[in-house]
Amino acid sequence: MLRNLVNSSVSKVRSLIHHASLIWLTQEAKQQLEATVKSSPVVLFMKGNPAMPQCGFSRAAVQILELHGVPPEKLGSFDVLEDSSLRSDIKEFSEWPTIPQIYVNGEFIGGCDILLSMHQSGELEKLLVKEKIIQPAPEESTNQ
Amino acid sequence: MGILIKDLETAIRDAFPIIHLEIEDTSSGCGENYSVLIVSPAFEGKTTLARHRLVNEALKKEIAIMHAFSQRALTPAQYEVQKADKQ
Repeated sequence: MLRNLVNSSVSKVRSLIHHASLIWLTQEAKQQLEATVKSSPVVLFMKGNPAMPQCGFSRAAVQILELHGVPPEKLGSFDVLEDSSLRSDIKEFSEWPTIPQIYVNGEFIGGCDILLSMHQSGELEKLLVKEKIIQPAPEESTNQ
Repeated sequence: MGILIKDLETAIRDAFPIIHLEIEDTSSGCGENYSVLIVSPAFEGKTTLARHRLVNEALKKEIAIMHAFSQRALTPAQYEVQKADKQ
């Protein structure tokens, strides 16, 4: 009976220490990520890199951004496969469980599903124009 | 590692009132990659991002043990429009 009491207190303390150390680790990483997500107009956390994506969802995200003409110099890309602490930190930071993750001017937009649906609805083009990442498409001229 | 499709279905049905649900194991039966379509009134009035976050939160434990998770979250009205478009 006493042993059970002691064990349960010990595991409660262990759990507190574990959570405290997670929070402490994340504070430093959090500040770094706050800067990273603003480091380019479009920031992409992906598997691989735009020239060589290592996952179908990451490739799709890159292709959609390229399709909209996001200039390479405005796209900052981070390979979570090269940095396993980035891979877990960015999920905690964004409160989003999967990769890829897209940020536009420091604001979290979503993952590949959301990017694709925004692309299909025209919302993505509007956003990229509004945030001055791409030029608006010239008006269609109709020949009579 | 992976999750059984019926366990995923149970988790979704426990979390949301479901009008229509489609779950596809896109890992050829390995239970590692899933693609879901959830049609629920719980999504009314929410942006796509908000809906996805809602689903991610409700399925936190399940998603954590998958390799890939893809979702579409529609209101019943949106689903009806989509069905009509397809016909």
